Amino acid sequence: MAEKSWLQDFPQMERGDLIAIRKTLDGAYRDFSREFGDTIEAFFDPLLTFLVWFEQLLLQTPWWLVLAVIVGLVWLASRSWKLTAGITVAMLAIGYFGMWDNTMRTLSMITVCTFMAILLGIPIGIIMARSNRAQSVITPVLDVMQTMPAFVYLIPVVMLLGIGKVPGLIAVIIYAIPPVIRLTNLGIRLVDKEVLEAATAYGASSTQRLFGVQLPLAMPTIMAGINQTIMMALAMVVIASMIGVKGLGQPVLKSITNQYFTLGLLNGLAIVALAIMFDRVSQAWAKRSQKHLGGAGHA
Amino acid sequence: MLDQNNELIAIRNLYKVFGRKPEQAMTKVKAGVGKDELLAEHDHTLGLKDINLTINKGEIFVIMGLSGSGKSTLIRHFNRLIDPTEGQILVDGVDVMSLGKKDLEQFRRHKMSMVFQRFGLMPHRSVIENVSYGLAVQGVKKKERLEKAAQWLETVGLKGYEEQYPSQLSGGQQQRVGLARALCTDAEILLMDEAFSALDPLIRSEMQDQLIELQDKLHKTIVFITHDLDEALRLGDRIAILKDGELVQVGKPEEILLQPATDYVEAFVKDVNRARALTVETVMQPPVSRITATTIGEALEQMKKLPEDYGYYVNDDGYQGVVLRETLEKAFAEDADAEVDASVWEPLDAISADAVLETVIPETLETEYHLPVVDEDGELQGELSRSALVEVLGDTTTSEAA
Repeated sequence: MAEKSWLQDFPQMERGDLIAIRKTLDGAYRDFSREFGDTIEAFFDPLLTFLVWFEQLLLQTPWWLVLAVIVGLVWLASRSWKLTAGITVAMLAIGYFGMWDNTMRTLSMITVCTFMAILLGIPIGIIMARSNRAQSVITPVLDVMQTMPAFVYLIPVVMLLGIGKVPGLIAVIIYAIPPVIRLTNLGIRLVDKEVLEAATAYGASSTQRLFGVQLPLAMPTIMAGINQTIMMALAMVVIASMIGVKGLGQPVLKSITNQYFTLGLLNGLAIVALAIMFDRVSQAWAKRSQKHLGGAGHA
Repeated sequence: MLDQNNELIAIRNLYKVFGRKPEQAMTKVKAGVGKDELLAEHDHTLGLKDINLTINKGEIFVIMGLSGSGKSTLIRHFNRLIDPTEGQILVDGVDVMSLGKKDLEQFRRHKMSMVFQRFGLMPHRSVIENVSYGLAVQGVKKKERLEKAAQWLETVGLKGYEEQYPSQLSGGQQQRVGLARALCTDAEILLMDEAFSALDPLIRSEMQDQLIELQDKLHKTIVFITHDLDEALRLGDRIAILKDGELVQVGKPEEILLQPATDYVEAFVKDVNRARALTVETVMQPPVSRITATTIGEALEQMKKLPEDYGYYVNDDGYQGVVLRETLEKAFAEDADAEVDASVWEPLDAISADAVLETVIPETLETEYHLPVVDEDGELQGELSRSALVEVLGDTTTSEAA
């Protein structure tokens, strides 16, 4: 048989057609980004200003003042001496090993990303919880966002906005936002039906139900989502450094290309220290503020 | 027939079908398709079928049925937590189905309040915030609503627990909070969905007592759902029995007990401890043996017409005691015109018409006479014979044996 059978090889489309499709799509997107790139960049300008301002604030302030504020916040949120002492030691070590500035850059990036993710994620989660149709549309989108390799959606973001902080920020948010959306939705859906029914029976409007019952009762779950979002944002920091986000990710990237094991390890440990700080502090705060929700509480 | 002016809630031809296309299923139901067939062949559940009810102002109306009978579905129609597939719900003359979203919220805020089986308290709010929740929803100022909530907390016996959280309280205490929350809005109608079912028997009976006590003061209209017939008989002014989404019988407790409408109700009431469920009033006979004369002579004349050799002496101050024919005859021999006084009658404690049968059993055994039954003012209402008591109580033993 001279001709290849379609039974042996998968019947493919013509190479030429595929190239044509790619060219058309890439071309269309390039045209789009040339046309609207500036407009979209202008749209994100306030965000950039805020990000730069916050980064400069952390960098310009004397290190001991920043350290004092961080330690103070950790203490206020957790009320645990052990945790506060641990964080202090870790931050001092970071500074001693010369990673203070990069850590501040990453800290500002994570803070802004988390803030944006919460700002966007909770309302989306609420919409999902209120409508089954919204849930069935948004869930697959979230699945794609979580499983699509981060590099893939870095490409269009970079094409559109170039290299820099804002594309990095967008990439991190896309990667990190699904947990807060999912768990807001789940938390609201898991609110005790009878409690919600009671609120309805006493004539609560849907806004009163949302802010008086659903959100407060969903808070532990939402907090778990925020926690996950922070962790994922931290994990994304290294990848985002590929598109020019400064911080702890860049030395790691440099270590990979140059095989500097110690440099990589130290910066990696600094990221871990930040992660532990965010995780423990947010969990301790959540636990303290929701001690009545546990059910079998003891007076 | 019920007094039209007294009627507060009326349910007319209420149907509820659960499923994807309830309207289509409704035509099947009207064509006579039964509950089981509807579920098996059309995948719809018949929740309620042709319910007609009227509930009067100030009564405790108990809706009783086993699980799955539709009683919780029915009570949720009163404040439209569930919308009916078909039918009318009138509360105080207002068609609840015609209310828009805002009007319905207002209606729920002011007209009805509800107590839930698993309490439905908000775990993130303190006890006093929970009690004042209804007022908070209405927009009442914080100071005012907390004051009012504190009063109701005191009424239900939870003063001092204001700042606790629901999870720190026992089940009984939590339900008291639920009750205080319901009372705090001053709503005229109280819906109680298996309010005491989740509580221990002892706490349950305490709560029942408290509810009866409160009702004596407040005169609310209470719709009470229960699966417990003893509870229904104890609380209910009237009882509706629901089976598979249909009303089987509506009536006073003694009507349900003594004249069950169907075999189902009969099977239901079979195991009830009648001695505890029935009051003297439902079993007593009219007072035949009444002696009212002022002189011995006239009294003896009255006595001769009586079926027994004794009678109950009643004067302007009400029931006084029992008079024996023998005593009267002796006194007649001495002085026929003498007035009837304390020397003639013997003291015999009367029993209260409201007393539960169980409590009067010892008295009926102690004396050979029929027991006089008096009301709150001491007026003779009837008499209770040992044989009548045995007949009513004995009925259960024979059916149990059968």
